[in-house]
Amino acid sequence: MSARRAFAKWLAALAVLHGMVVCAGFFAPYDPVDQDRKSPYLPPMRIHLVDTQGHLHFRPFVYSPRLREGSFDQYEEDTAEPHPVTFFQSGTRYRLLGFLPCRRHFFGVEHTRIYLLGTDAYGRDQFSRFLFGGQVSLLAGLLGAGLTLLMGLGIGAAAGYYGGWTDGLLMRLAELFLALPWLYLLFALRAFLPLAVSPLKAFFLVIAVIGMVGWARPARLVRGVVLSAKERDYVRAARGFGASPGYLLRHHILPETYSVLLTQAAILIPQYVLAEMALSFLGLGVPEPVPTWGNQLSSLQHYSVLVSYWWMYLPALFMVPFFLGYLGLASSLQEREEAYKIEAGVLGA
Amino acid sequence: MLLCSLLVQAALLALPALARPQQRDTKEEPLAVPGEIGRSGGRLVVALRGEPKTLNPLIAVDTRSREVIGAMQADLVHINRATQLTEPALAKSWKVSPSGLEYTVVLRQGIKFSDGQPMDADDVLFTFRVYLDESVHAPQRDFLIVGGKPIVVRKVNAQTVVFQLAKTYGAGERLFDGLAILPRHLLEKPYQEGKLGEMGTLATAANQWAGLGPFRLKEYVAGQRLVLERNPYYWKTDAKGNRLPYLDELVYLFVQNADAQVLKFQAGETDVISQTGAENFAALSRQPHGYTMTDAGPGLEYYFLFFNLNEPGERTSTEMLRKQKWFREVRFRQAVSAAVDREAIVRLVYQGHGTPLWGLVAPGNRRWGNEKLPHPPRSLDRARALLKEGGFSWGNGPDGEATLLDAEGKPVEFSIVTSSSNANFSKIAALIQDDLKQLGMRVQVVPLEFRSLIDRVTQSKEYEACVMGLASYDADPNTDMNVWLSSGGAHFWNPSQAHPAFPWEAEIDRLMEEQMWASAFEQRKRLYDRAQEILAEEQPIIFLASPDILVGAKNVVGNFHPAVLEPYVLWNVEQLYFKVGTENAAR
Repeated sequence: MSARRAFAKWLAALAVLHGMVVCAGFFAPYDPVDQDRKSPYLPPMRIHLVDTQGHLHFRPFVYSPRLREGSFDQYEEDTAEPHPVTFFQSGTRYRLLGFLPCRRHFFGVEHTRIYLLGTDAYGRDQFSRFLFGGQVSLLAGLLGAGLTLLMGLGIGAAAGYYGGWTDGLLMRLAELFLALPWLYLLFALRAFLPLAVSPLKAFFLVIAVIGMVGWARPARLVRGVVLSAKERDYVRAARGFGASPGYLLRHHILPETYSVLLTQAAILIPQYVLAEMALSFLGLGVPEPVPTWGNQLSSLQHYSVLVSYWWMYLPALFMVPFFLGYLGLASSLQEREEAYKIEAGVLGA
Repeated sequence: MLLCSLLVQAALLALPALARPQQRDTKEEPLAVPGEIGRSGGRLVVALRGEPKTLNPLIAVDTRSREVIGAMQADLVHINRATQLTEPALAKSWKVSPSGLEYTVVLRQGIKFSDGQPMDADDVLFTFRVYLDESVHAPQRDFLIVGGKPIVVRKVNAQTVVFQLAKTYGAGERLFDGLAILPRHLLEKPYQEGKLGEMGTLATAANQWAGLGPFRLKEYVAGQRLVLERNPYYWKTDAKGNRLPYLDELVYLFVQNADAQVLKFQAGETDVISQTGAENFAALSRQPHGYTMTDAGPGLEYYFLFFNLNEPGERTSTEMLRKQKWFREVRFRQAVSAAVDREAIVRLVYQGHGTPLWGLVAPGNRRWGNEKLPHPPRSLDRARALLKEGGFSWGNGPDGEATLLDAEGKPVEFSIVTSSSNANFSKIAALIQDDLKQLGMRVQVVPLEFRSLIDRVTQSKEYEACVMGLASYDADPNTDMNVWLSSGGAHFWNPSQAHPAFPWEAEIDRLMEEQMWASAFEQRKRLYDRAQEILAEEQPIIFLASPDILVGAKNVVGNFHPAVLEPYVLWNVEQLYFKVGTENAAR
């Protein structure tokens, strides 16, 4: 029972996190590609409750930042005027859920700008970029994992059910796929593509690439499950009654693989989000200025950024709950499956 | 007769040196250079981004090889990196004939190569024979073809050589800068055997290689370092007559990239650093311990954007033809120039260590800039007006944003290729991308590896627009002829043309050639100013910004005077010294 509760808990946490990302336009105060050229590399702004005169404010407020004299990346707060944080304020245009045109934002400030996670080299809001970047990266992970599992299921089921030379061929192919040095092949692949790939095309390309690469492992798992399932008594009985292979697979064999697939999905999604990040980090992903988590972290490959602007790490920190959520979900799924197996074992005995 | 009088003059010039109190059999005539008197000893370590390819000046084309060779070789006449003017080097003096066609060069006496062999006019003759030999393929050869004919070199006596030009040349003596005088005793045999290209590899034994520079080869460890040692026969002294260089050793460490260079410097493993990007400069300046970072001022590097203006060939796609129609429209280019936020590039990419640029002369060049060139501030309104005049209009894109449409109603979309070797390029391109978005243009940035970028721009010509940077290594316009002449291989927007494609290109060709042959500075400047004005008007290249030269050195390094010309920190390496003790020698 506790496994089920843990499962629900992880699922709820993930739903909340994804909800924020899906409604990025609402939760993000600004357009993710908007460059505020007056404030590059601005550290996260401090939210105050007490002003410089010692007065307590009921509404949290910020001071607008200004560059320190003679410097280009050192800021100080202009304490002349506090700017209270406002909620449900009208701001830049966006499309909620991709189609509803909307202007209302969860929070913001008037007369200045608020940067919760600071800004990057172009003065773009890191917080907004994180939320919008999550849309791209998580969707790439989800779709990529879906593609992988679909291929894994199809190939694994075929190999396991038909056996013989089909099995041999497919499994050797799977081993080949596991052994290839993917990174270098991807570099080669990029060289064959046209020079400029539009962001949308690049996005689908990334999904196709990471989706196609990983099918071998789930295929082998599915094959194992199918192999054992097809020898079960009820399957033999159904076959004896004249059931077609399609019917057998659909009604008796593949349902056995669902728990394996679900667990695999929970493991693969964060892996594929990371894969998207690796591709963007290497310049093979969705091109700038489209925000993705990989693009956001790619500036960290420069030494000067590493040592000078600590808030560039923050997006990485904020990604942790997402990955934790998926891994928690995967382990609770596994536990549930084991509990079910034990139950089934007891009943069977 | 003329020659005789020249010789007499040359001899007169040589007199003060000859009249030295003691004329020993060596009769050495060293060059005394001004500057702090230093102390001998020590070992200076510099990090080099990657290994040099060769030590042979005849085949060196990459900057790393040239930098290392610069410390090992010497030229007849040298451009002082601080004053940007020529001064005597191996040549004690030179004289130009009234016709401007003959340069009589008198060599210093008693000069020896780093292996102790004497140098004389025969070495100079040999050197120029080799440089001019077509089968050697020396990269310097192009510079020595003046007025379509190679320079003729004639020996007068062991110390005097005459160079004869086919045509007057604006800054004749500048031609000699960087032309290393080669050791005939080592290279004549390989030259006759046609094996010159195999000489001077990094693995050459130290006693098989010699030069006239302040340092000579000591040791090469593949993948790690190149160690040079003091040339005991060097021909420069300090003001007190102490023979230079002060340093015992000069070590080049090979590192992977700029970040590794910064880390080594910060850890104290290297003594000087140059060409740090603005962000690394800021990171190093934050907590300097034992070193000082210096902004040496605006350099000769310039960054620019240009469009593909190549003549369409048979294989040009229809899409490219359509795009080239925009690029060829001067108002389109002017509009792009008006929309680019140069101040933002200086602020965001160079963190203020740079200068916005509207013309081809980088601000580090003190003599050649056209002051009258307009510096129009960024104006999107002007850009829009220009585009409207050029037949462009605006429509609504899928997201409700304004999209620029050409005369056929097609949206204006193009990509900018740039080098991925340096983050600054992509940053500049990303800023331009955002600037042009405000005009309704959809721009994509494509970072490419440097080699394939150059290949695309100059060979396959499959690109739409490009952001690139260039650094002239001499403040004189003649060294950049390759860029500005329509026949030049580095005439990026349309290289190596048989005939200038536009009337204004023909006009620039005429002006640039005329200034090259003119001898008076004022006349050359006038012609060059006009060329700058045409470029500013036609905008084949949209100049963006010029970064400052950012360098650093340990506080113990004496005589450190960074220059804005290459090599920025080691141009006076023979005068560098360590102020305290020998702590560095132990390393």
